[in-house]
Formats: sequence, structure tokens, C-alpha cells
Amino acid sequence: MLRVENICKTFFAGTINEKKALQGLSLHLKPGDFVTVIGGNGAGKSTLMNSIAGVFPIDSGKIIIDGNDITKTPEHKRAKYIGRVFQDPMMGTAAGMMIEENLAIAARRGKTPGLKWGLDSDNQTWFSELLQELDLGLENRMTAKVGLLSGGQRQALTLLMATLIKPKLLLLDEHTAALDPKTAAKVLALTERIVNRDHLTTLMITHNMRDALRCGNRLIMLHNGRVIIDVEGEEKSRLTIPDLLKMFEQASGDMLDSDRLLLS
Amino acid sequence: MIDLLMPTIAQGLLWAIMALGVYITYRVLDIADLTVEGSFPLGAAVAASLLAGGYSPWLAFGAAMLAGMLAGVATGLLHTKLKIPALLAGILTMIALYSVNLRVMGKANLSLLRVDTVFSIMRDIGGFSNAQAVLCVGIVSSLLIGGLIYWFFGTEIGAAIRATGFNPQMIRAQGVDTNFTIILGLLISNALVALSGALVAQNNGFADVGMGTGTIVIGLASVIIGEVLFGTRSFKNCIISVVLGSIVYRLVIAAVLQMGMPPNDLKLFTAILVAFALSLPLIKSKLGLRKAVK
Repeated sequence: MLRVENICKTFFAGTINEKKALQGLSLHLKPGDFVTVIGGNGAGKSTLMNSIAGVFPIDSGKIIIDGNDITKTPEHKRAKYIGRVFQDPMMGTAAGMMIEENLAIAARRGKTPGLKWGLDSDNQTWFSELLQELDLGLENRMTAKVGLLSGGQRQALTLLMATLIKPKLLLLDEHTAALDPKTAAKVLALTERIVNRDHLTTLMITHNMRDALRCGNRLIMLHNGRVIIDVEGEEKSRLTIPDLLKMFEQASGDMLDSDRLLLS
Repeated sequence: MIDLLMPTIAQGLLWAIMALGVYITYRVLDIADLTVEGSFPLGAAVAASLLAGGYSPWLAFGAAMLAGMLAGVATGLLHTKLKIPALLAGILTMIALYSVNLRVMGKANLSLLRVDTVFSIMRDIGGFSNAQAVLCVGIVSSLLIGGLIYWFFGTEIGAAIRATGFNPQMIRAQGVDTNFTIILGLLISNALVALSGALVAQNNGFADVGMGTGTIVIGLASVIIGEVLFGTRSFKNCIISVVLGSIVYRLVIAAVLQMGMPPNDLKLFTAILVAFALSLPLIKSKLGLRKAVK
């Protein structure tokens, strides 16, 4: 479904701040793969996500989704294939617009907007049902502006928007990191429910090792812009945090430097 | 008093078209677009030149709007394709338009005194008084433009433009090219500003290359006065507020002139008014804080 081949990305090349974020990273996701991504600070997790989403061009390598080479496709055109949820709950929705307006925009993801009226009354029941499934009472607040919602509510809405039209690939960039633990757990449970229900091919960055081990069928760990650990299925489900740390030390010859990863 | 009231309201309505243009950039797109300082006289210059050449007011309006669209696109391209900050892109177009406007008119000032304008035609054919003609045109054009804006920003494209103003990252992730929506927003805004310029020139009886000075400030004053006095509950509410704000602004100006303020101080007064209005949220929160402490 997703084929990332040998991609490189260097920021501030040729300056004192030069940062080689991705150094020949390759990754191949089968349809329906739910992959959790972990790694220390500066391992290249977010750069990988943003490269796939097309936020910036990559220096070399290839990105192919469902047989389409999108390496040079601009960000907005990749939206046809990709649903995204960001770390910042404010990023995924338009605060000054109503819940139903945000959903209506998401229902047109990847299509060129036309001169039809933006709110389609046929969609209202569909939206209302989907909101009901979130169990946040949003179905009664369809005309409320999104800016009035809490971070957790906004993130749940963003998740709904990213998956409203089934994406070929769902990118979750630490989408629970900015939420309080209780809300984070709720949003994560919702994520699993939607991903499993629709068999979405998913790439989820997390800073929480427990979540990374518990969720999905496959786990990869990045280090210095490469994949250094890649486990799936049976092997992954038997893995524990100490196992993972040992594997990391063996694979990288280094100690894990991220407090956030270890403490959470 | 009544003699003064009607033309002042009428004037407010003609300028309201410009204020709606400023609303689209300043509030919807979240860009302070200085192009309007050039596109307002551009609309006046294009319309005046055509009218002086004996062409119909309809053609003059159409050409003025087209010219305004081009000005908006110029700023849009500078901003999106060449990555020049929006404020600076607007200033560049504004300065360029000064020369363009001189070229369009051939001189700095073009009189429309013995020329058929939309108002003189209504006077001659419809038997309106001048003030009635201006009021009529003002009401019809405000309703028409206000209605069109409401419709357009409710469509799929319009929603995409609004979302661009709120969160460009989000709307790109939903598959919309934000360069396109920004350029389109600037195009619509400056078309309206130019149309307003064409109307005001015909009302004034001349087009002048300097008549654009302060356009952005008058536009902002109208937007903010309207929002403060008449609310921002919904998009429809906002549009009506801006039109009413433009009228109130003209009434305030007429009132202070009536009270004896020298006309030369008008721009200073407007600037202070806008500075005060823009700082209202801060003043309000400070006052609210003090109340809360008590």
C-alpha cells in the first residue's frame, strides 16, 4: 500500500545547523498494516510523516502509495490518498467554522471544490450518526464552532474527518501527545476502533512505548533517520518494554536518549 | 439635518462595497491587504476614463471590476508564488498601481462633470434627485453584493477560502490548494474595492490618483465599527454589520465635520478611531479583569 524507498532529507544543508533527518529510510506497508512508530528525539519520525504527506520535498528516494508515485506530488494533491491527524489538536480543524462545515470539507477530501452549496442536507444524518459513535455529545452541537470544543473533542473530530472518506493511508503524528492521559486513552481507543473497523493502513507515531507495543500489528523504531527495528505479528505481541530496549541497544550500539520515551 | 443625512447614508453604502472587500481579506483570509489603496483609485480611474470616452456605466463597472481582479491576482501571485509576505506584496501592488492609474487616466485628475454617469442617467431618465439616485444605487448594490458574498462563501469553494483563513494547514490536508484560495480571495476582494471606487468617483464627479489614500483604514474602521455595534454571530450577521459599519463611519465623519473639525484633520481622526477600535478587545479584557478583581 505504501512503499517508501531509500528516502533522504537534510535540513539546513551546508550550514552549521545541518541536520540529516532521514538517511536512506525504506519502509513497505502492506494493505491493512497498523504500524506504530517509535524513536528518540530527532530520530526522524515526524520528518518521515511530513515527507509522506508532502509538507516539504525530499532530497532523494521514492514514495509510492497504492501504485502511484507521489514523490513529486504537491501536498494538497496527496490528500486524495492520505488522512492526517496532527499532534496539535488545533491543527486539524478550522476553529471559526461549524462542526458540520468541517465535516463537509472532510467529506470532499481530495475533490476539487465547486460552486455547490457547501452544506449538503443529505449528509446531515450521516454526520450525526458518526458523531454519535464518538460518544461526546457532539451530534447535538453540529452548528457549534469547532473553536468552542476541548482539545480531546477536536482531536476526535479530526480523526473522524481524516477517516470520513476511507484513506489509502492514515498518518497519526503523536496525535494523543498533547492530551491529558484520560482523554488520550479515549482518543487512542477510538483510533483503534476506526482503524480496525475500516482495515486502514496506518502509520502512528507515539512517544508511549506501552501504546506502541499494545496497538497495531507491527512496530518500527527509527534511529538516525533509518528503520533499525521492525517487528510484526506474533513476535510483536510477545515483545515487552525491556525487550525493546535491549533490541535498541543491540541494533544501534547506543543507549536510548529520549527521557520522554522511557518515562511515559 | 435630513438634507445631510440621506447623502451621508448613501455615501456609506457606496463605500460599504469597499468595506466588504476589506472584510474578505482582513477577516476571512486573515490578511491585511494594502492592495486596496491602489485598486480603489484603479476602479475609479478605469470607470472615469471609459465614461469620459462616452462608454456606458455598465461597461465602466465591468471594466473597473476586471481591473481590480487583476490587481488582486498580482498581489496573490507575489504572495503565494514568490513567497513575499502578504503585507509587503500588497504594498508593492499598491505602489505599482499609482503609475498604472496615472497611465489609465493620462493625468492626475479626471473630471466627470459633463459626462453621463450612472447617477446622472438615473436623474435624467428616472426623474430621481441626485441624492435619491445615489441612495438607490447604494441600496441595490449593497444588497446585491452582500447577497452574492453570502452565497459564494457558503459554496464549496467559498468554504475552502474561509477555511484557508482559519487554518491553511488543515485545508491543505483536505486536498485544497491554498495558493489558489488565497489568490481567489484577493481577486474577489479587489474587484469589490474597484467597483466601490468606480461608484464613489461617479458620486464625487471626478477620479483622482490620490483618492485611494487611507482606503484600508476606512475599510478597517467600517469592519470594526460594524462588528462592535452590530455583532458577528454568523456570516450573514457579519456582512450586514460591515455594511452598517460603513454607514455609521460616514455618519460619524459627517457629525464631527458638522461640529467644526477641519476637513484636513479627517485622516488623523480616522486613524485614531481605528487604533482605538482595534485596541478595544485589549481594553475590554483589562476592564473585565479589574471588575473581576473587585
